Amino acid sequence: MRSSEAIRLAILAGALSAAAAASAQGTTAEGIAKYREMLQDGNPADLFDMKGEELWKQKRGPKAATLERCDLGKGPGVLAGAFTELPRFFADTGKVMDLETRLIHCMVTIQGFNESDLYKAAPSIGRGEGANLVAMTTYLATQSRGMRFNLPQNRPEEKNMYEVGKRLFFQRAGPHDFSCSSCHGVEGGRIRLQDLPLLTKNPGDGVGFAAWPAYRVSNGQMWTMQKRLNDCYRQQRFPEPKFGSDVTIALGVYMGVNAKGAVSAVPTIKR
Amino acid sequence: MADPMRIRAALAGDETTVRVLMAHIMEPGTRRDAAGALIPAHFIQDVDASHNGKSVLKAMWTGAVSQNPFLSFKFKGAAKGDKVVVKWVDNKRDTRTDEATIA
Amino acid sequence: MKSTRRSALKATGAFATLVSLGLVTQSQAQAAVDRASFSVKTLDDALKAIGGTPANSDQVTVVSPDIAENGAVVPVGVTSKLPNTTEIYIIIEKNPTPLAAAFMIPAGTAADVQTRVKMGQSTNVVAVVKADGKLFSATKETKVTLGGCGG
Repeated sequence: MRSSEAIRLAILAGALSAAAAASAQGTTAEGIAKYREMLQDGNPADLFDMKGEELWKQKRGPKAATLERCDLGKGPGVLAGAFTELPRFFADTGKVMDLETRLIHCMVTIQGFNESDLYKAAPSIGRGEGANLVAMTTYLATQSRGMRFNLPQNRPEEKNMYEVGKRLFFQRAGPHDFSCSSCHGVEGGRIRLQDLPLLTKNPGDGVGFAAWPAYRVSNGQMWTMQKRLNDCYRQQRFPEPKFGSDVTIALGVYMGVNAKGAVSAVPTIKR
Repeated sequence: MADPMRIRAALAGDETTVRVLMAHIMEPGTRRDAAGALIPAHFIQDVDASHNGKSVLKAMWTGAVSQNPFLSFKFKGAAKGDKVVVKWVDNKRDTRTDEATIA
Repeated sequence: MKSTRRSALKATGAFATLVSLGLVTQSQAQAAVDRASFSVKTLDDALKAIGGTPANSDQVTVVSPDIAENGAVVPVGVTSKLPNTTEIYIIIEKNPTPLAAAFMIPAGTAADVQTRVKMGQSTNVVAVVKADGKLFSATKETKVTLGGCGG
């Protein structure tokens, strides 16, 4: 052990003996923060990013076309800043769409893939087109790394989705009478060692909405926001939402607008 | 052919730091599936890194190395623009070789 | 296989026979321990396989977190300030097969490696290095915990 680290730990030990339970939790939180910091260098999410870039630029589907002209909201092929402005309204579909549903839309219109096949495959994130969607979502989101969230709220559809998302966020239901707010509507919330970001406002850079897609070390999977929301509902013992459903888009708008100004750290690495 | 590795090699002073991320499931062979059957072992056994044809690191791994393994090491004697080559072989004799240019 | 056999005939000692019989690959012939060592079930057996009881040394450092959120991915680094460090071993004491990884360090390469390992439970991470033919070690305890909901 290096002497500077020994000194640091000695100081820490001294501080511990002064105040019991609260700082015991503090030390653990510090330990966890150190663990997460050690994982930052070399995020396996980069492997998904690489794969996604390859797929994006590859001629695929019945039309044997690349996705490089796909419009994610800032013009065909413009990737920087696209992720941090999603979900948003798209005139060509008349709907508010998030990154993942917009990606499927491009695969259908530009490459000729079958839309319902893609929606069916999407939840299976470990194989086939589901895995490809995850890789491309990771790649596309990574193109906005370091940029600030700035979802548009100009269209009535966008404002409407925000209000729907807000209502859903606070709606208690399911066998445990949970809502999103049960965990994410309180300041300083925690489940065992996981801090729960407060999502009714900007929780800070790189957390909450600004942290997904994320590589999860516990299962070696890349989780996108659609997967994260799906699993939140599952954990609340709700029926799980369909991939890309209005519920998921509305919640994305609510969280994304609340996170205005937060810096995207995507792709992150998590437990 | 297995998925590509991500290799970053950077020269600082006279030392090159190489950071590698390998795409591999690293299945230890001790886990069981939903039916209770053992999932067969599938992990990288040998890693070989070289520079200008000379080996700069060899490693022997087991299923105890994490999925999508990370490896970092440092060596001297290289210059910017040189190539570092990393090769892995797993227990099923599947293999992958990738290279990176030292920045 | 052919080129392996040809170069195997150039190797000397018992390994040469094993390689030519196809029982040991060429890379293993150059390695420090044989593949079978990685199946041993205790720290003591792992040390035996590596070559004996190492002497504790403050010139060897294990860099691992005090507490890991998830045992599936625990970053572990080993550095050795001892001259002529040629081998580095990472042992996770309470793992079912404690010997997790071995690194062979040629001249010109730093005795400073980092990787990530699986830890089944809170236990000691033991690093053993061979320097000038002698064995030295350092130990660091890392606690493993699961944590909350996966946020």
